[in-house]
Amino acid sequence: MKKMLILLLCLLPTFSYAGEAKELAADPVLEKRMIGLAERLRCLVCQNESLASSHAELAEDLRREVREQMSKGKDDQEIIDYLVARYGDFVLYEPPMKSYTVLLWFGPFALLLIGAGVLVFQLRKRRQTVQEYELSPEAQQRAALLLKEEDNK
Amino acid sequence: MMRFILPLVIFLVLSAFLYKGLGLNPREVPSPFIDKPAPAFSLIQLHEPSKKFSPEDMKGKVWLFNLWASWCVSCREEHPLLMALSRQNIVPIVGLDYKDKRDLAETWLSQGGNPYMLNVFDAEGRIGIDYGVTGVPETFVIDKQGVIRYKQIGAITTENLREKILPLIAELQKK
Repeated sequence: MKKMLILLLCLLPTFSYAGEAKELAADPVLEKRMIGLAERLRCLVCQNESLASSHAELAEDLRREVREQMSKGKDDQEIIDYLVARYGDFVLYEPPMKSYTVLLWFGPFALLLIGAGVLVFQLRKRRQTVQEYELSPEAQQRAALLLKEEDNK
Repeated sequence: MMRFILPLVIFLVLSAFLYKGLGLNPREVPSPFIDKPAPAFSLIQLHEPSKKFSPEDMKGKVWLFNLWASWCVSCREEHPLLMALSRQNIVPIVGLDYKDKRDLAETWLSQGGNPYMLNVFDAEGRIGIDYGVTGVPETFVIDKQGVIRYKQIGAITTENLREKILPLIAELQKK
């Protein structure tokens, strides 16, 4: 009896999943295009998921909206503009280049340049402090002797 | 000495940024609607399905546009505040019942009280999309010219009612 119950409970997720993939466009080409666009858009509810993968209700509504606008013949850019007008740039996964996003786009490269600059500066400084040192002939002889002793061990 | 100070400074700056980040609310996405005209619509009313309402009808008045639903938990939290506000008779509140069932919404209002001048009924959530809504409750302050002046994401609290919304309404009503 207990085993039966556990077995039934294991089946539960498969039942609940059956309810999810409900709204689909009749046209698979359009559906594919919609998913392609939705992957570049952010779900406003679960903010780190794309509109394509989110199961939030709002995401479903927005996918419906995108689907409808596509079937009305609007192109991707028009639909993106429509969503940005309502939800702001936040809805885009790739932030647009604007005056206030310059730091976001070029900040990492600036940091890289600064890092490279610091590295070059440090290396130059080191070269200046650690001067090349020429051994005198006597010292060289002693060094050779020491090395030889080391070899004989 | 420099060898220790520089990493320490970098560490402190980073910590300051991260600390600031802790206090920010990721839900508060800057709205593109502030200082833009409220999107037009014409929707049937909740209580009187034969009548319609459109934001145009409120021209010349400062009003609150509050989106709610009977299934929404935070709406229950802010409801007493809206009730208190409507008793003071400061500003008309228009409600939008978002993705709801008519009978559930009506029961909800008859139980908890009805602070709204009227309610419109948006079963499919389409007007919600037009207003850039990510979830209920959300509240817009709309001025006499029909321009959105403030958007509250999530439940109204006593604090931001007192500090932001009421002063803004008083200012807008003088104009």
